[in-house]
Amino acid sequence: MDQLLSVAVDGIIYSAWLFTAALGLTLIYGVMKIVNVTHGSFYALGAYAAASITGAWLAHGYPPMLSYVVLLVSAVVVTLVVAPLIERGILRFMYAKDEVVILLITYALFLILEDVIKLVWGVNPYFVAEPYALLGSFSVGGLAYPTYNLILVALALVAGLGLMWLLHSTRVGKLLVAVIHDPEVSRAMGINVHRYYLTTFTFGSLLAALAGAFTAPTVSVVPGLGVEIIVLSFAVVVIGGLGSLPGAALGAVIVGVVRSFSVHYMPQVELFVIYFVMAMVLAFRPRGLFSLAEPRKI
Amino acid sequence: MRRDRTVVLVGVILAALLAGGPFLPQWAMFIVTIAFAQGLVALGLMLLLRAGLISFGQALYYCLGAYAAGALGRFVGIGDILVQMLAGALAAGTAAFILGFLLAKYRGIFFGLLSLALSMILYGLLVKNEALGSTDGFNILPSTLFGIRPGPDWVRYTVMASAAVVSLALALIVHRYLRTPLGRLAPAIKDNEIRVEYMGASARYAVHVKYVIAAVLAGVGGALAATTVGHIDPDMAFWTTSGEFIFVTILAGTGNVIAPFAGAFIYGAIRTTAYDLSPNTWQLSLGTALLLIIVFLPEGLWSLFKRHARHS
Repeated sequence: MDQLLSVAVDGIIYSAWLFTAALGLTLIYGVMKIVNVTHGSFYALGAYAAASITGAWLAHGYPPMLSYVVLLVSAVVVTLVVAPLIERGILRFMYAKDEVVILLITYALFLILEDVIKLVWGVNPYFVAEPYALLGSFSVGGLAYPTYNLILVALALVAGLGLMWLLHSTRVGKLLVAVIHDPEVSRAMGINVHRYYLTTFTFGSLLAALAGAFTAPTVSVVPGLGVEIIVLSFAVVVIGGLGSLPGAALGAVIVGVVRSFSVHYMPQVELFVIYFVMAMVLAFRPRGLFSLAEPRKI
Repeated sequence: MRRDRTVVLVGVILAALLAGGPFLPQWAMFIVTIAFAQGLVALGLMLLLRAGLISFGQALYYCLGAYAAGALGRFVGIGDILVQMLAGALAAGTAAFILGFLLAKYRGIFFGLLSLALSMILYGLLVKNEALGSTDGFNILPSTLFGIRPGPDWVRYTVMASAAVVSLALALIVHRYLRTPLGRLAPAIKDNEIRVEYMGASARYAVHVKYVIAAVLAGVGGALAATTVGHIDPDMAFWTTSGEFIFVTILAGTGNVIAPFAGAFIYGAIRTTAYDLSPNTWQLSLGTALLLIIVFLPEGLWSLFKRHARHS
């Protein structure tokens, strides 16, 4: 029973983390139809920015409790610099191209960003463990968990519910839904479609950077972070259905729980099961579990 | 109508490599052999790309071929280059034949994503498999040819010569295949699949056949890479490996069966020099090259060559 409980807690924490990491990918696909490989780069960028800036903040002896705000701000800053640059500078000239070709273009950008990160931050690992340890821990069924994990869960909830609210209850969101369904007619109606693409790309990338920034305290930040996260995010998003928000949530929960179960009961299949589930979903419902009709809803 | 010069070109390349091989330094032979291995995978991807399909998981068959060759040495004690390549081809071909029933229905990004998932499954299985050395992989037996073990100075040449003969023979077979009705269907499938069906051809069957051929080529390439490097590990199935193959394929273009090999050689050369000059920015150069080619040379480097030929 205790083991089931810890499977559940691990599963929730891992799902929350996955959801935050993958949410931006599904948003960008839903709106722009871009399978965005640079998502992994933004995750890594967020992690590096957070680790270095928060590290400097703490080294100067500023209040450690504010380091959570610093994590957040560093992700925002780095995204606001890089994402518009990529969208305005390169991607906007490619929208007419085939989906697969745009995927290759984002792959090329991913390769470039990998090395840009190495040029800016070097190849040595960064550590900022303080925010992770600062909040102490809580215990469930006799096992101690760092309280920091609750921040990850809260981040996932805020990001997911916030995006839902933004899309369904605000003017901007409703206009965006119009853009998703028909960019051409939206343009005719006077919506500045290009501005929505820019905003969506930046916002989606910001979600990846946030996931990276809040993961940074729990790991050592090393080159190759982005390579790992991008396939995992693909798995999550594909399972739920590309471009669907509830789908991303479902995908994250499925992958999180499946992984948590295998870690506790059959550690040798940990990686295998994630991609096995992804392949099974693609085999039986290629458009994912949450896709109903052709005109996508987000 | 110009005469088909591909066969002549293949013959010239083969003769030059066989005759000039002994004068090449060891490292150059290594690069050429690896270029053949990667070129075979890219040749398969080219077949799929002609039909408009991009596989983000061709590393699956590359890795299967390598592990088939490795298992042959580890469990049976066979280190013969040709037998290894045959084993790689069989393993990859069988797997592709079965998976092809599923994949042949998929197009666009779904084809790419499903093939990605399948290759990551193999990766996930291999990293946790103790008998196959988990993340470290294992070493391959020293190469032999027809039961003879070449002397230490001749190993590289033997492997390179076998690689050249087998790869170029396979390239010629693919060249012939491209001229069969089934081979000619590829651009049609890319342009308009419904018309292909109206003509009475089965797009699904054509894609399945291409998929199996591509896998066999990748399997041979994997076995070749295994015996050249002397070591295999699960990273051969990771998605970044598939990314490299796609890079080579896009770089080369789909114009001719020689193009993937030339592309693989150029890729190896760019990578080696860029890595020597500055180890932390070689991906930057690769990414930039890929971006420029997609935007300015969508038909790959081979199209430069063709345009030149038309003008002269």
